[in-house]
Amino acid sequence: MQNWMEWAVAFFLLLGGSFVLIGSIGLSRMPDFFMRLHGPTKATTLGMGGILLGSIFYFSLQQNVSVHELLITIFLLITAPISAHMLIKTALHHQLKAIERTRGERELQQGQQEGSPDTNKAMPEANKKSGES
Amino acid sequence: MLEQVIFLVFGMISLALLLNLWRLLIGPSLPDRILALDTMFINSIALIILYGLLMGSPLYFEAALLIAMLGFVSTVAVCKFLLRGDIIE
Repeated sequence: MQNWMEWAVAFFLLLGGSFVLIGSIGLSRMPDFFMRLHGPTKATTLGMGGILLGSIFYFSLQQNVSVHELLITIFLLITAPISAHMLIKTALHHQLKAIERTRGERELQQGQQEGSPDTNKAMPEANKKSGES
Repeated sequence: MLEQVIFLVFGMISLALLLNLWRLLIGPSLPDRILALDTMFINSIALIILYGLLMGSPLYFEAALLIAMLGFVSTVAVCKFLLRGDIIE
């Protein structure tokens, strides 16, 4: 029983560590921001889930069943899409460059035309570009 | 065996933190740097949880939960500031 639980903890820790590492490799190697956002928001969140699951197993083996690590997992799973949404809105607002293979030029241009008119310094340029085309 | 695995995962997460630091330093735009900082927050939560596992004490989860909330709030605040020019309208 003890040995089996130890194998399970080691498996979940290794799974989580690999996913966190893959997410960070994606963050540092992808060519543009819209691709770079995929790594940390998906792979890293899943890796954190793996590490926290291993931790739940370990502390349930040591003492009573403890599930308050699940709180961090749920919190991360709730907040990761929200922060990704805010980041992608910021990127559309700042009109970041996308490489040619990144799809969705229509959304990119729509994102450039939206935004708050009072604080957007880049708005006149975006209007000029859309007016020319 | 578990101790060696924990040290191996420590190494992997440290490597991930170094890659995030590289993106934070060279990041061509501001959202890149915010994203790198957010990922560093999440990876530091993983480091704290692994340290708590190594020490065998469940006391470190409070700190991890606090850092998770702090990272989320700071990311959203900086994004809101870049998006609207104001945090609370």
